Amino acid sequence: MTQGSSPLASPQKLRNYPAYRGGEGMVAWAFHRISGIGVWAFIVLHVFDIWLIGANPALYDQLGKIYSSAPGRVMETLLGAALFYHALNGMRIVVMDFWPALTIFHRGLWRAVWVTFFIFGLPGAYIILKPIWEMAS
Amino acid sequence: MSAQKYSLSGRPRPTGSRADLYVWRAVRITSIALFVLALAHFSITHFVYEVGDQSAEWVRQTRWNSIPLRVLDWGMLMTVLVHGFLGMRTVMQDYVPSRIRRGSLIGLYVIALLLFVLGTQVIATLPMR
Repeated sequence: MTQGSSPLASPQKLRNYPAYRGGEGMVAWAFHRISGIGVWAFIVLHVFDIWLIGANPALYDQLGKIYSSAPGRVMETLLGAALFYHALNGMRIVVMDFWPALTIFHRGLWRAVWVTFFIFGLPGAYIILKPIWEMAS
Repeated sequence: MSAQKYSLSGRPRPTGSRADLYVWRAVRITSIALFVLALAHFSITHFVYEVGDQSAEWVRQTRWNSIPLRVLDWGMLMTVLVHGFLGMRTVMQDYVPSRIRRGSLIGLYVIALLLFVLGTQVIATLPMR
């Protein structure tokens, strides 16, 4: 099976390729899947809670109190992290899927995902979590 | 170059089924819209406004007091349903045993339809004042 010079074209060669035996590509993929399932589960809940604004506003307001409680804020921070990682790594996937030549930069793109994640994510987490300390004091 | 069967990024572009190729494209195209829409939505609801202030009354009178804003949120809902449920379809095809795969996928689509109905109903019918 000779399919040109790309190591990606041949499964025989892929077995020798290290990316899916651990390494950045596989971790990126696993995190992408886990974060995607997490965000999906929240969206099922979220469409339902927004529907309550019309159907049962009192229940919606009660749910809102849970969302803005201390455990709720920790969960929101995790949700934000999952969403933000999924969004950034998703753009990495789109870049490489639509322009396969750029796949040679996949490790650099993966590092860029994490640098961006922490630069914007840490201040974001601080804003969401800050009221917990205000509640405590 | 011949069809690429393996990818270092996401799922390789499907080559066998036309439907799978459309799904593959739809997930990627909606992802670009959602990068803007979903991140903007999360920022507005968590950084611009405080989560604790967003009561049902507030959503009715402030957040959803204009038709264009409701249309935008409905557009985001449609995009997220396409992206989220086609993504879950892929995940389920990978892990659900073939014996119960068909039934599970039908269940998945029923949930998608339910969210479509509930979301569209509240956006279209919630009074503004």
